[in-house]
Amino acid sequence: MELLIQSIVTGILLGGLYAIVGLGLSLVFGIMGLTNIAHGNLMIMCSFIVMVFGTVFNGNIILMLVLAIACMVVFGFLFQNFLVNKVIDKGPNPALLVTFGVSIVIQNALQLIFGADARSIKSAFATVNVVSSDYVSISGAYLANFVVAVVVIVLLSLFIKRTRMGRAIRASANNVRAAELMGVNTKLMYSVTMCIAMATACIAGLLVGNTFVFYPYSGPQYLIIAFGVVVIGGMGSIPGTLLGGIILGLAQLLGSYFFGTGYQIFSGYIVMLILLTVCPAGLLSNAKRK
Amino acid sequence: MSEYILRAENLSVSYGDFRAVTNASLKVKEGSITALIGANGAGKSTLLSAIMGEHKPTEGHVFFEDREVTGLKPSVIVRNGIAMAPEGSCIFDEMTVRENLLMGCYQKRAAAKKNELFEKVYSLFPILKEKEKQLSSFLSGGQRQMLAIARAIMADPKMIICDELSLGLAPVVIGEIYEKLTEINKEGVTFLIVDQDVGRSLEYSDYSYVMVKGGMVMEGPSCDLPIEEVKDAYFGINKYA
Repeated sequence: MELLIQSIVTGILLGGLYAIVGLGLSLVFGIMGLTNIAHGNLMIMCSFIVMVFGTVFNGNIILMLVLAIACMVVFGFLFQNFLVNKVIDKGPNPALLVTFGVSIVIQNALQLIFGADARSIKSAFATVNVVSSDYVSISGAYLANFVVAVVVIVLLSLFIKRTRMGRAIRASANNVRAAELMGVNTKLMYSVTMCIAMATACIAGLLVGNTFVFYPYSGPQYLIIAFGVVVIGGMGSIPGTLLGGIILGLAQLLGSYFFGTGYQIFSGYIVMLILLTVCPAGLLSNAKRK
Repeated sequence: MSEYILRAENLSVSYGDFRAVTNASLKVKEGSITALIGANGAGKSTLLSAIMGEHKPTEGHVFFEDREVTGLKPSVIVRNGIAMAPEGSCIFDEMTVRENLLMGCYQKRAAAKKNELFEKVYSLFPILKEKEKQLSSFLSGGQRQMLAIARAIMADPKMIICDELSLGLAPVVIGEIYEKLTEINKEGVTFLIVDQDVGRSLEYSDYSYVMVKGGMVMEGPSCDLPIEEVKDAYFGINKYA
């Protein structure tokens, strides 16, 4: 019984991490209709950048995150403005190939610079248990992941829903022509969206690096998790990523509890397939394009 | 300054090898309602797209308030003071009526007068106030057209371009929309309207242009244009075949 409770709690908390891993992918798909194949590698690149800043600034986690976000926002703007925006009007395939190419470049560049060894980001709360009872123990890193994911998702939802720029981003997603005729520079909105996605990837990179070890070639593993999250939650739905993350996390941990640890990943994707059969667009899908 | 707020001079627009508009010129007097009449495929919407910066003309120039705006981005054209209610309303279906209207005043100049503009559009179209919290996808065809015009007014423009004003609407609704348009025009907003309803276009406008196969074939004060000949041009019969 204790183990079941522990599995449920850990599954939910792990879902928070999964949610933030999938958030940038979902946002970019929802606004631009672009499947960013580079998302996983970009997130791992963020983990490396945070790690480097951590070494330079002696582990000041806020400072290293802020600097990493600043770097990645600039990178995201350049990536979107000078690569993706050039081909995005030509249909989904050219842009998809661009992100695929960038993904390969990032993975190889990371291996060239940092080597193939496992890395991690150290923080004060990474190994501390914040709750430790007979029934359940909660690690500081897992709790932080969940809290940060919820805060980021709520703030991003409010930004998209309530602000002038958020409305312009939604308008660009809903009807490009009408948005342009309202005076919205839709390409600029795409760049802003990519910058936001990069900022969330940075936060995800920090949390992943603080929870697990990572390698230059860990990106595709997280890309698959991100796909699982957005497919379950609904492509383009920001709250859907939290729901998708929690469902995927719970499915993995409960699968592991009932069938053994070898079935953890398998159970997650079985649940994903069942949900896809029942609800093909995802649970909270809102992606409609013109 | 010229009495014409908008001038399109010898515009030609092509889609690849196909020339949709050939050497078309048009002038819109400030404070007037000007109609552009033509059958489907005459090139009216393409001409408007070129004026709004959606398509770059292959030849010719567009001037707004005597400043050349040829080929500028739509966002810059809107900032200059032209708003458009596009064909098929082109509203944001996933947004509420109020959010659609807020998108109308996206430009900072209009955003500063947001409350005043909301009062104005709600007094013109009270139905939009009633439905302000509804998703716009649930509006009827007439209400969508009203929303498209109201959204254009929210941009606080000097001129509004309405493309296919009456497309798919019931006659009674068309009459109501034309009445509202006249009301807005009396407040000083210039209109360039494109419609397939020849009778109403001529009745409500001050000046009209008739387009056939990508070129202008007739123009003049709306009350002076021979309606039978306009209809011949519209249907592409007799000398316009």
